[in-house]
Amino acid sequence: MRSRSFDVLLILPAAIFTLAFLILPLARLTVEAGTGPSGFAGFFAILTEARYRNSLLVTLALSIVTTLATLALATIAAQTLAHRKFPGRGLLLSLMTFPLAFPGVVVGFMIILFGGRLGLVNSLSMAAFGTRAIFAYSLFGLFLGYVYFSVPRVLLTLLAAAEKLDPSLVEAARSLGAGPLAIQRDVVLPALFPAMYTGGALCFATAMGAFGTAFTLATSIDVVPMLIYTEFTLATNAGMAASISIALGAITWAALALARSRAMRDTKGG
Amino acid sequence: MGLRWTTLAGFAITALIALFLVVPVLLSVYAGLSVNYARGISAGFTLDWVRQVWSLYSDTVWRSLIVALMTLALTLLIGVPGAYALVRRGGRFARIVEELVTLPVAIPGLALALALILAYGGFGAFRQSTLFVVVGHVLFTLPFMMRAVIAILETIDWRTLDEGAASLGSPAWLRFFDVILPNVRPGIVAGALTVVTLSIGEFNLTWMLHTPMTKTLPVGLADAYASMRLEVASAYTLVFLIMVIPLLIGLQLAADLTEKRTKS
Repeated sequence: MRSRSFDVLLILPAAIFTLAFLILPLARLTVEAGTGPSGFAGFFAILTEARYRNSLLVTLALSIVTTLATLALATIAAQTLAHRKFPGRGLLLSLMTFPLAFPGVVVGFMIILFGGRLGLVNSLSMAAFGTRAIFAYSLFGLFLGYVYFSVPRVLLTLLAAAEKLDPSLVEAARSLGAGPLAIQRDVVLPALFPAMYTGGALCFATAMGAFGTAFTLATSIDVVPMLIYTEFTLATNAGMAASISIALGAITWAALALARSRAMRDTKGG
Repeated sequence: MGLRWTTLAGFAITALIALFLVVPVLLSVYAGLSVNYARGISAGFTLDWVRQVWSLYSDTVWRSLIVALMTLALTLLIGVPGAYALVRRGGRFARIVEELVTLPVAIPGLALALALILAYGGFGAFRQSTLFVVVGHVLFTLPFMMRAVIAILETIDWRTLDEGAASLGSPAWLRFFDVILPNVRPGIVAGALTVVTLSIGEFNLTWMLHTPMTKTLPVGLADAYASMRLEVASAYTLVFLIMVIPLLIGLQLAADLTEKRTKS
């Protein structure tokens, strides 16, 4: 049929581009990962070699803590902003989601201005107590950077879910004598769970793969993306860089796929 | 009745989050315009740092704009017909293709860049051209363009529109240009603004793909953060902010418009 050939024509540019610049390069990456000195066992180097394993563990721990902190903050902010009209609400929301457009390096710089040598916290601390407070380049600084770029994303997801929650449900629970914790546990959080899965997975995957922020701040911390970068450029060990990349890509892809299927099941199961 | 303590605590925490997000940006703007950040307001204000940034890095600003526009052109050319084809076909096949095209969002940019370099690093002229950076940006932004167009197609009755025009004897390609494209315009506008914003801010892929001759704005920023004094780094950040703020306002307006459309 003519409509079928028209469909092929429509999809052709996307098909050619995806084949040439996604599928072919990813296949090349997989082959490269298998050409290291240990062959395809190199895929598991991230687990078997102590230096890589430590880096993976630090990155996993940092991403999980970032995700938990971001979910907690965004859940509170989303409930505060949903169903409430006050002057400047639109502006406040715009300001809180503005950092979405920042590259990772800019986020790193924001943390330097917050917790670096000339940073805000250090100036205040020097003025008030005469003690230094510099943390931008520590693991804590990196954590703050990850929270900085995660909160706007997750807030948008959770706010959309919180707006759909009927405020009269919360009112009803309250008039029946439920305390704030019970309302959260029994009414609000169950309604927000699908969005929390999706937002949390997005946050976790972004944190695992974050390179720009780590590039600016993690001069002494080897998170996995920094490890890939140094293996490829400084150690010129393309095979190792490729196999770690594949492991990292598999982790982030699986996290997103898992959350999507769970969120789908939850919304279907109602 | 007074405010509940939970509401008050919620406002306090929300305000602290907002301050944590906004105050560093304000400090950066201030630092970029101050004569000497460490000495404070008494040292006075100047545009010298911005001028210095312009003389050192103006090429990265222009290159970022060119890369963003080329990326936009390619995502329009590839993404809009592709999105329409997927919605027309539907079913399992379309879902698999969509999953595949969306893969670059789920894989860290560093891994994608590495894959591109391993596959095409041997093609010297291509590797060293701005086009290599553009390819990386298209790979990363294409899913956003396609999703924006698919989202609009799912809200309109494109099949009736298309069949109506077909019954009047219009050929398929003409119906695509005359009937479908005008109807998905809000999606294309939202997708285009997203693509340009993402492209101007893209670092993870670009840092690996760029050569000394193809530095973009975020690559220049990383360079300035590592080697320049705080005032210059801040002034450069200010230039970046001035570039993205109009785009973000545009995105907000486009979102408000589509919200009004779907509500009315």
